[in-house]
Amino acid sequence: MAAEPGDIAPDFNLPGLDGGDEISLSDWRGSVVYLDFWASWCGPCRISLPEMVKLQSALSDAPFTVLAINLDEEPHKGVRFLKRFPVNYPVASNPDGSVAASYNITGMPNSFLIDPEGRVVLAHSGFRPGDMKIIRAHIDELLQSAAE
Amino acid sequence: MKLVALFVLLVVAGCQSVPSWERGVLARSDMQLEGSPTEALLNSQLYDSKEASAGGLSAAGAGCGCN
Repeated sequence: MAAEPGDIAPDFNLPGLDGGDEISLSDWRGSVVYLDFWASWCGPCRISLPEMVKLQSALSDAPFTVLAINLDEEPHKGVRFLKRFPVNYPVASNPDGSVAASYNITGMPNSFLIDPEGRVVLAHSGFRPGDMKIIRAHIDELLQSAAE
Repeated sequence: MKLVALFVLLVVAGCQSVPSWERGVLARSDMQLEGSPTEALLNSQLYDSKEASAGGLSAAGAGCGCN
């Protein structure tokens, strides 16, 4: 069963897609995390990635981050994709899909909004124009309740 | 009859659902049943209006499970 609202988001420790430092979900405990699974062969990801770049820029001062996990079996394809669609948030690489399996994702892209305590608040499968408005509303609500 | 049933059973046993994150090969353009998604959409539109029925022909999203 896919990770659902109320579940503790499974932690992971993955290498960066660019070969940089390892990335763990637990590093962002205390922040709101928008975790996004994507791959270079996923058509809607060409729409969703630029939207998430805007999201990350808009909330750069908030306790928030977009965190992405690339699922290309050949990571260099993901790297090539990011040259065309550069991003401003950390991207981890999970070529064997083990983390995708632990979240049991149902589509591509697939994303999860995670609260500061590490709990899944929203699971979102696919991406259509207009989805970001709904996602942003959930993020704003979560940031507001975290600030109170 | 028994042979046919056995054949069907064997063929069906070969079906397997592919997790959404492993559909990279299925998403390739040379793996599509329809060469042109736009043409397929137009054909489906014509078919639906002629037959007064819709859907059931194929899954959306180019086989990759997207959307």
